[in-house]
Amino acid sequence: MSYIPISEQDKKEMLARIGVESVEDLFCCIPESIRLKGLLNLPGPLSEPEILEYFEERGKKNSFDRYLSFLGGGAYDHFIPAVVDYLSSRGEFVSPYTPYQPEVSQGTLQVIFEFQTLICQLTGLDIANASLYDGATGAAEAVLMANRVKNKKRLLVASNVHPEYRQVIYTYTRNLGLEVVEIPYDRLGRVDQKGLESALNSHTSVLLCQSPNYFGVVEDLKSLGELTHRHDALLAVVISEPLSLGLLEAPGKLGADIVTGEAQSFGLPLSYGGPYLGFMACKKEFVRQLPGRIAGQTVDAEGRRGFVLTLSTREQHIRREKATSNICTNQAHCALRATIYLETLGRQGLKKMAWLNLQKAAYALETLTAIPGVSRKFGGPVFNEFVLEFPTDWNRIKQKLEEKGILGGLALGEAYQGLEKCALVTITEKHSREKIDRYAQVLREVLK
Amino acid sequence: MINVIREPLIFEISSPGKSGVRLPNLDVPEKLDVLEGLTVREDLEGFPEVSETEVTRHFTRLSQMNYCVDFGFYPLGSCTMKYNPKLNEKVAGMASLAGVHPLAPEKLAQGNLELMKTLEKLLCEITGMDAVSLQPAAGAHGELTGMMLIRAYHEAQGNPRKYVLIPDSAHGTNPSSAHICGYVVREIKSNDRGTISLEDLAREMTEEVAALMVTNPNTLGVFESEICQISEIVHAKGGFVYMDGANLNALAGITRPGDMKVDVLHLNLHKTFSTPHGGGGPGSGPVAVKKILEPYLPVPIIEEKDGQYHLNYNRPKSIGRVKSFYGQFLVMLKALAYILALGPAGLREMTEIAVLNSNYIRKSLEGVYHLKYDSPTLHECVFSDKFQKDFGVSNLDISKRLLDYGLHPPTMSFPLIVHGALMIEPTETESRRDLDLFIEAMKAIDREARENPELLRTAPHITYVRRLDEVQAARNPILRWEKK
Ligand SMILES: Cc1ncc(COP(=O)(O)O)c(C=O)c1O
Repeated sequence: MSYIPISEQDKKEMLARIGVESVEDLFCCIPESIRLKGLLNLPGPLSEPEILEYFEERGKKNSFDRYLSFLGGGAYDHFIPAVVDYLSSRGEFVSPYTPYQPEVSQGTLQVIFEFQTLICQLTGLDIANASLYDGATGAAEAVLMANRVKNKKRLLVASNVHPEYRQVIYTYTRNLGLEVVEIPYDRLGRVDQKGLESALNSHTSVLLCQSPNYFGVVEDLKSLGELTHRHDALLAVVISEPLSLGLLEAPGKLGADIVTGEAQSFGLPLSYGGPYLGFMACKKEFVRQLPGRIAGQTVDAEGRRGFVLTLSTREQHIRREKATSNICTNQAHCALRATIYLETLGRQGLKKMAWLNLQKAAYALETLTAIPGVSRKFGGPVFNEFVLEFPTDWNRIKQKLEEKGILGGLALGEAYQGLEKCALVTITEKHSREKIDRYAQVLREVLK
Repeated sequence: MINVIREPLIFEISSPGKSGVRLPNLDVPEKLDVLEGLTVREDLEGFPEVSETEVTRHFTRLSQMNYCVDFGFYPLGSCTMKYNPKLNEKVAGMASLAGVHPLAPEKLAQGNLELMKTLEKLLCEITGMDAVSLQPAAGAHGELTGMMLIRAYHEAQGNPRKYVLIPDSAHGTNPSSAHICGYVVREIKSNDRGTISLEDLAREMTEEVAALMVTNPNTLGVFESEICQISEIVHAKGGFVYMDGANLNALAGITRPGDMKVDVLHLNLHKTFSTPHGGGGPGSGPVAVKKILEPYLPVPIIEEKDGQYHLNYNRPKSIGRVKSFYGQFLVMLKALAYILALGPAGLREMTEIAVLNSNYIRKSLEGVYHLKYDSPTLHECVFSDKFQKDFGVSNLDISKRLLDYGLHPPTMSFPLIVHGALMIEPTETESRRDLDLFIEAMKAIDREARENPELLRTAPHITYVRRLDEVQAARNPILRWEKK
C-alpha cells in the first residue's frame, strides 16, 4: 500500500523491539469472540487511474452541468478567482491540524485573525469567531446564544428564514425546553411587524430574521431592531448571501446584536451542499457567550506580535458540559478560502461584485415580469434573488423549462402554503445578459 | 527566508485603488432606482486593497509559518494525523461532481447520490452497523446527532430519561454534546487499568440513564475488553451504548463496533479516512446506527430503487435536520476514494501498522517517560511528564522543545486522568525513520531536562515566533485588526 511506508523488514525489527512475535499479538486485548474472522466485504483495492475513472464515470451521471441554472436559495454559483484555488491548495494550509501549537501555526492563526476582522468589517459588529459548520447551524447557535445572554425561553424566528435553517433550529432547540415561535411575513415579503409586535413579550430572548431573506427581500433591520430592543430582546440576523454586504449597510450599524450566516458565496464551489462556511459576529459584551474558536493577538517572549487561539474557557475541551457549544473541528480551510477571496477582491472588487449582482437581478426581474402571466410576488427591495408568480403551479412550468435545458428557480410551495405558483429565481454575476434573455425567451414559449 | 521577513496583516499593506481581481463590466443597462428602499453602506471601511501579486506573496509567506503533515511527523493523540493522499484532492476537485447545486433536481445529480449511498454502505460494512447518515459536519456534530437519536427513541417510549454516563477519560465534546441534547452528565471514574469497571457501571446504570458514551479504544489507547458486558449492563436497563468512533484507526478491519453491541457511533472521516484537517476543518462526522434507531435518522435519507437514487424527506419519526443540505460532500468523496484505494486487506493493514507504530514508540520511550497505566494499548499511548517534573519541566516545555527539533508535539490537553499528558498517535503513514527521529528527539529532550531545564522552559528557540503569551491574549483580548 503506497500510503504505508513500513517494509516487511521494518516490521520484523519493530516487532522484535516490542518483544512480540506477530502483529496479531498486539491485538490480544480484543476478545476473540468479536474479532473478524476474515476480511471485510469491501471493493478494491483500486489503482490510482482506476479511482479517477470510477469518479469520472459517476460525474457523467450528473447531468446538472448541461443546464442553464437559476437556482440559489442558500447556495450560490459565483465566480472564483484562480488565486483562491491555487493558494488554498498549498499543503501547508491543507494538512495541519487545528493550531494547538501556535509557534508553528502562525499562518493558520493569522488567517483566522484576518478572517475575523473581515467578518467584523462586513457585519459592523465588534467581534467574530473563526467559523461554524454552516449557515443553518449558525442560525441555531445564534438563538441558543441569545437564550444564554437573555436567559429567557421564548425565541422568535421569522418564517421567511431559509426553511432548512429553521428545521435545524427546531432540531437543536426541541430538547432544551425552549419555545420557538414563527413570525409571519407581509405583502412586501418582509417580517410582518404587527405579527412581531404581538409575539414579543417579556419572556422573549431574540428575534432571528434573515436579510436578504429566503424570498430575496432585504429586511428593514432598523425597525426590527427597535421593536425587539423595546422588549429587551436581541436582534439576530442570519445572512445566506453575504455578497449583499458589499452594497448594503452593515447589520450591526442598524441594530443587530448577533449576525451569523453562510459564507459559501466567498470563494467556495457549490459542492453539492458542503463543505460550506458558517460565520458569527456579535457585540463585544457577549464575547463570553460566543460559540466556537477565536484567534487573538498577543506577543511572544521577545515582544513580537503573534496570534493564538484564545478565550478557550468557553469551549468544550476546558468546560466540558458547561461549554457555550460542543463545536470542536470547524470549517477552517473554508474560512481560509473566504479570506483569500475577500482580500483578492478587496474594497473595490467586493463592491463591484455586489453591484453586478444587484443590477443583473434587476434586469432579469424586469425582463421576466414583462412576460404576460409572470409577476413579481413581493414588493420589498431585493438584492440578487426574487420571487416570481406564475399563472399555474410552478412545478408544471418548471418541468417544461427543464425539458428545454433551463432550471428556472426553486419551488416554494412545499415550504410555504399559498406559494405553489411561485418560484425563487437567483441571478449572479455569472449570468450574462444573453443567458437572462434566453431564460426569458424560453419562458415566454413555455407559457404560451 | 521564513524568519527574516515579518509578514504584516493584509490591512497594513493595503493602499487605495488596488484590487486583485478583474471583473467584467456590466452588460445590462444600469438602473439607479433599484436602490429604492435599500439602506446602502457608505463604504467598506478598512477593507484591504491589494494586487494579485501581494495576495499571492502574503498567503505563500503565511503558509510557510505552518507545520503540517506534508512536512513531517504530527503525532497529535486522538487526532489521527495521517497522510492525506493527493489523489483524493483531485477527485474532490472534479467539476462534474463539485459543480452541482445541492437543490438540483435529483435526476440531474444521480452520480453524486450514488457516491454518497456507496459510502454509506461501505461504512456500514466497516462498522457492522445497519444504517448511516452522512449529514453531520464533524465528530462533535455526529455525537450531538447520535444523542438526539437516542433521545428521540426514549421520548417515543414516553420518557426521554435524564442522565448520560461518560467516563472521566472522555474527550470534552462528549459531555458537551450530551448537555446540548438536554441531558445531565454523570461521570464514571476510570479504574486503575484506565478503563470502565463493571461494578461502577452497574451501580450508576439505572432506568433514568439514557445512554453510556464510551470511546473504544479509549483516549488512553486502551481497548475496553469488557465492552460486550458493558453493553449488556446498559441494555439491561433499557439504555443505549453510544460509541465515540474517533479512534476507529485502531479497529478497522480487525473488529466492528456493531459486533460489540454498540447501538450508535460517529466516525471522523477527517481522522480514520485520511481527509485533511485543513488547519481545523472541514471534517465530516457520519453517524452509524442499529436498526432500532434508523427511523430517527436526520432527513433526508438516500434511497435506491432500480438503480435510481432518491432523497426521502417523508420520515415522520426523524429528528429533523442537523445541517443544511446533505453534509460535507467533498469530504465524503475523499473518504470514499481512500477506502477504494485500500481495499479490505489494505484497510486491515492500515490498522495493524498504526498499532505497530504506536507500540514501537511506546516500547522505545518506556522508562524515559512515565506511563501511568501499563495496560496494553492500540493506536496511541499516553505518557506523562512525571519524571521530568522533578527538574521543573512540564509537558508544555517538552512539547515546545520538540518544535526546535522540527517535530510536532503530542496532545497535551487531555485525557484529564493523566496529569501532564503526552498523548502520542503516530498513525500508519509514518516511516521507521520518522518514528526514530521522534524517539531520539524525545530521549534527547529528557537528557536536556536533566542537564539544562532552562533550555526547555524557554523553548522554542528557532520558530517564527518564540513562546506566545496566552495569558495576556485572554486577559486583554484583541480579536481583530483596527485602524489606528
Ligand atoms: C476522542 C474524540 N472525540 C471527539 C472528537 C471531536 O471531533 P471533531 O473535532 O471532529 O468535532 C475528537 C477530536 O477532536 C476526539 O479526539
